[in-house]
Amino acid sequence: MKLTVNGKEMEAKAGETILAALKREGIKVPTLCHMEDMLPSGACRICVVEVEGAPNLVPSCSFPAAEGMKIHTNSPRVINARKMIIELLLGSHPDDCLYCAKQPTCDLSRLAREYGVTKRKFPVQTRRKNMDISSPSILRDPEKCILCGKCVRVCEETQAVACIDFVKRGSEAYIGCAFNTGLNVSSCVNCGQCINVCPTGALMEKSYIQEVMSALAAGKHVVVQHAPAVSVSLAEEFGLPAGTDVNGVMTTAFRKMGFKAVFDTSFSADLTIMEEGSELVERVKTGGVLPMMTSCSPGWIKFVETFYPEMLPNLSTCKSPQQMLGAMIKTYYAKKQGLKPADIVSVSVMPCTAKKFEMGRPEMGRGGAADIDYVLTTRELAQMIKIYGLDLKSLEPQEPDMPFGERTTAGKIFGASGGVMEAALRTAHFLITGKELGVIKFEPVRGLAGIKEAKVKVGELEVGIAVASGLGNARKLMEEIKSGARKDLHFIEIMTCPGGCINGGGQPFARNKVAIAERMRALYNIDATEKIRVSHNNKAVQQLYKEFLGKPLGEKSHHLLHTKYAKRKVSDIA
Amino acid sequence: MSVQSRVDKVLENYGLAKRDKLIPILQDIQEEEGFISRSSVLKVAKHLGIPASKVYGVATFYNQFRFEAIGTNHVMVCRGTACHVKGSASVLQMAEEVLGIKAGQTTRDGMFSIETVACMGACGLAPVISINGEFHAKITAEKLKKLIEEIRNREKSNGAK
Repeated sequence: MKLTVNGKEMEAKAGETILAALKREGIKVPTLCHMEDMLPSGACRICVVEVEGAPNLVPSCSFPAAEGMKIHTNSPRVINARKMIIELLLGSHPDDCLYCAKQPTCDLSRLAREYGVTKRKFPVQTRRKNMDISSPSILRDPEKCILCGKCVRVCEETQAVACIDFVKRGSEAYIGCAFNTGLNVSSCVNCGQCINVCPTGALMEKSYIQEVMSALAAGKHVVVQHAPAVSVSLAEEFGLPAGTDVNGVMTTAFRKMGFKAVFDTSFSADLTIMEEGSELVERVKTGGVLPMMTSCSPGWIKFVETFYPEMLPNLSTCKSPQQMLGAMIKTYYAKKQGLKPADIVSVSVMPCTAKKFEMGRPEMGRGGAADIDYVLTTRELAQMIKIYGLDLKSLEPQEPDMPFGERTTAGKIFGASGGVMEAALRTAHFLITGKELGVIKFEPVRGLAGIKEAKVKVGELEVGIAVASGLGNARKLMEEIKSGARKDLHFIEIMTCPGGCINGGGQPFARNKVAIAERMRALYNIDATEKIRVSHNNKAVQQLYKEFLGKPLGEKSHHLLHTKYAKRKVSDIA
Repeated sequence: MSVQSRVDKVLENYGLAKRDKLIPILQDIQEEEGFISRSSVLKVAKHLGIPASKVYGVATFYNQFRFEAIGTNHVMVCRGTACHVKGSASVLQMAEEVLGIKAGQTTRDGMFSIETVACMGACGLAPVISINGEFHAKITAEKLKKLIEEIRNREKSNGAK
């Protein structure tokens, strides 16, 4: 199919939209409501182009390309229309861009700049709605919302949660939960995918930077742990290419900011594998509830508690790596340091907003003191590094602190969908057969596919495994299991966010899927190039068992590393 | 019949309904109960297998649905074209001012509720309101104020008996 675009001929495929064809040809068309791999909604109209013969401008995101079409993407009419749309959007948008946490990544402000909108055309009339500050993870500011609907779509179509939707109509319309409740009492699972797609500052994580900085300034014993996905994504906030691993300099930056000890959550990922692998082996041997499902992803846990309470016995009782390390910091480490648990401020840097919710779960602490005091997202960490005026490029890499500084690559790949499964299989094979695997790479569980399945031989046993990321995919799998059609599965890994933690709700805003794939590649690259690749060979984990925990699934483990779940009552489900 | 079972009864009539029946179901529930309660929204969501946020979103999109029980005196103010030209905006404003509520709401004592309607089909009598189905023609803000006071006094003396 041939099109003429701005006087030049180009090819288009049958059935594709004008936008898709233009994008492939490298012609830039602005979008606000468009979402990759989803049906177009055509809500914002910023992508309009002129088609000769058509009475009006057409939205390129939803208008199919046709043979012989003559398109103008930057005629005066098109540019004026786009400019007007921006001016109209700004007519109901507050003026506090200077202080907005979304800067400099706000799409609306970028477009205003690109189209030369330098002053208000219409007097501002904001929606005058209060911020929703009820959630421990997500802040919602309806005044900054431009009603593009991306948050609604990602919540419903990607995550199958659908706790928010358009409420009311016309100039009164806004995005909200059923009955205008706060997010905290709704079925929201705190995943933060809505934050990642929001073009403005209407959705942001709840920040704990001030609290952490105060604790550091007060000279308290502040320790930090960082999740596997953080070190391979942080670089993007500093203009470095996606997939750059800055583990060493990040450790240095933590020390420069005044953290007393820097721990690696990949260490407790290894610890998780020891416990979870043993739990799987025990369930298989003793006829326990199968398939067993992973419990590392707190959004997923809340999802099961809310939507599939009948599946709670299938969840592994293991706490997430963050909470395992938190428990070890406030018990084993506190004792070693001669400190009271309450004297330690335990900070955790995560790619995740749901972790901010998880840390506050009542069972995640002892004697009124929480195991984790503050959770920062990768974005917040970048912000903090900037506040402290540290230049990542000029820092010398350093090693993390013991006793929780050593990790294997099995713990590191937790950051990608399929990583927990792969790490668990490596160790489960050893636990069952007493022998190491010959080939330890499990290709079928790698990659960005939504659901990945395989059959794996572990000793005599053929194990059916499935890996799903994105709760929409998890829901598909759960429905299959509920219908009784999936008796072949033994072990299931679920990650709340599509692609796993590397695409978490607290990660640097990625403009496209390529960045996510690069982060994943970085993790597997670490796995391919380092020597110790199985969790059970983590010397620090072995030492922890010898000195403190005893054995996997032992009594101490039971109290400190395992937890239980309960059916959750929310405001928007009968 | 209790409130609960009336909603259940409506849903029974829509046994195998899909999401396209959402609006008729909401209309029937409002017909039965006078308004759409939280529990009704949750029941409808469960019945149709769609999220409650969606049901709430649709229900709030249309002016016809209300989310509070109507008062013992339900004031309907016509906002059709003829009534508008004859000054129904000031009538509505007076009603809201005197009763201290907005259209769609109910006073805390449950005595009054206000609703706006697009046209009552009595354009010759514009501006027109109806209170519990009784029409009041060529109403003005002052007349309405008096009318509401009369009803209040009547209800008070009824209560005193």
